Amino acid sequence: MIAAALRWAAAPGLVGLLGLGLWEGSVRLFGVPSYVLPGPAAIASALREDWALLWPSTLVTLRVALLALLVAVASGGLLAVLFAQSRALERALFPWAVVLQVTPIVAIAPLILIWVEDVTAALLVCASIVAFFPVLSNTALGLRSADRNLVELFRLYGATRGQALALLLLPSALPFFLAGLRVAGGLALIGAVVAEFVAGAGGTGAGLAFRILEAGYQLRIPRMFAALALISALGIILFAALGLVQHLSLRQWHESAARRDG
Amino acid sequence: MTAPPLVALRGVGVRFANGTEALAGVDLEVRSGEFLSLLGPSGCGKSTLLRLVAGLIRPSSGEVVFSGGGRPGDIGFVFQDPTLMPWATALANARLPLRLRRVARSEADARAATALAAVGLAGFERAWPRELSGGMRMRVSIARALVTRPSLLLMDEPFAALDEINRHRLNDDLLRLRAESGVTVAFVTHSVFESVYLSSRVAVMAARPGRVVADLPVPAPFPRPPGFRTSTEFAALCGGVAAALEGAMAA
Repeated sequence: MIAAALRWAAAPGLVGLLGLGLWEGSVRLFGVPSYVLPGPAAIASALREDWALLWPSTLVTLRVALLALLVAVASGGLLAVLFAQSRALERALFPWAVVLQVTPIVAIAPLILIWVEDVTAALLVCASIVAFFPVLSNTALGLRSADRNLVELFRLYGATRGQALALLLLPSALPFFLAGLRVAGGLALIGAVVAEFVAGAGGTGAGLAFRILEAGYQLRIPRMFAALALISALGIILFAALGLVQHLSLRQWHESAARRDG
Repeated sequence: MTAPPLVALRGVGVRFANGTEALAGVDLEVRSGEFLSLLGPSGCGKSTLLRLVAGLIRPSSGEVVFSGGGRPGDIGFVFQDPTLMPWATALANARLPLRLRRVARSEADARAATALAAVGLAGFERAWPRELSGGMRMRVSIARALVTRPSLLLMDEPFAALDEINRHRLNDDLLRLRAESGVTVAFVTHSVFESVYLSSRVAVMAARPGRVVADLPVPAPFPRPPGFRTSTEFAALCGGVAAALEGAMAA
């Protein structure tokens, strides 16, 4: 298991190390000033020095992203289940969900910040709007994708709506939901960061995006990169964690998680 | 003397929403205890007829009458594909009809295990569908159909996707299960040999519109004698059914 993980990480890890080495080497070789492009070493020391500032901000951004994901799962999942109960409702509401999805969040965020007094709540709303759609559309698709013959079999045995939902539709939708969840995780983080940029709110509740803005004004470029690296790290961890959830939920029965034997 | 009909179709026609006439003027009885095969070319409405008997669709004209006025005590249905829930073990799949009818868990488990054992899958209760071969999945599907001890078992080309060796074995197992349970079977197939081997009666169907054109008894004893598949008697019966099918195709 660990050996397999190492083998899997070896190639991209090597590329990463090579890239960092090349970056550091060229910055030193050409004497690039750190306010234009800091090398990895300068970024690492900024990360160390500003840890007390950056770590709380990391937690702020992570919290908004996770809460937004939770809201997106609850609202998207619930709406998808409602859609599965009534085609008319789906036809009436789904286009509006698409409108919400295709309107850039950067464009809506200023409005939301005006309407919602509390900044954290406003950030949460923005990030939830972005993360909501993949959960809704994937779950709705999954609920419609139940095996036709199984649906008839349930009908033959006089299954109630509740039984069909719990025993057939929801399990059929699970792989679709989990794929949507993985996309939504990344989008929740993006939504949180974008909203923070628009809000530009400082103080104790400042997230990583605000630290990037702040460092930019102060021309502390290594700190900008350090905050950026932390956002990337959050994204990677979120993606990997949701991937693990996906694997653990499906490994016993779903083809996507099946190991090829022989 | 013939047994009383379990289900009777009287002048039944089915027209789909797109105007296709799937069945027209079908008069057919499924008699208690028989093994009836519906044989015909694809598109002759065999599956539609089966779904009609299952109550999954309604006739556009004519009527479907079940003995005693309502539906028979129970129906089991086996599709062309095993149609198992991939997220459930063999036992949970076989248990499904009982669960939908709110039979107590322990009783449902016991009955599902018995049904699995009856189809030769004892010891595979906890296997996932994807771990089973095509033939074994079909066996789970049959166990699920029989777990409610139905009076009528409907099968829609269940063995069409299997290799010949597996098909022959499942044919024999099906006849054994039928002998043990006394279940009445209506079996859709497009194989003359399969219909003759399994059935006590073969209804030959023609297409456009789907209708029954010949009703042939298969006068051979159950259980089938050893070597029946290669006997001259079997060949002669197949010849008769094949001739009727030729006629149906030409009609």
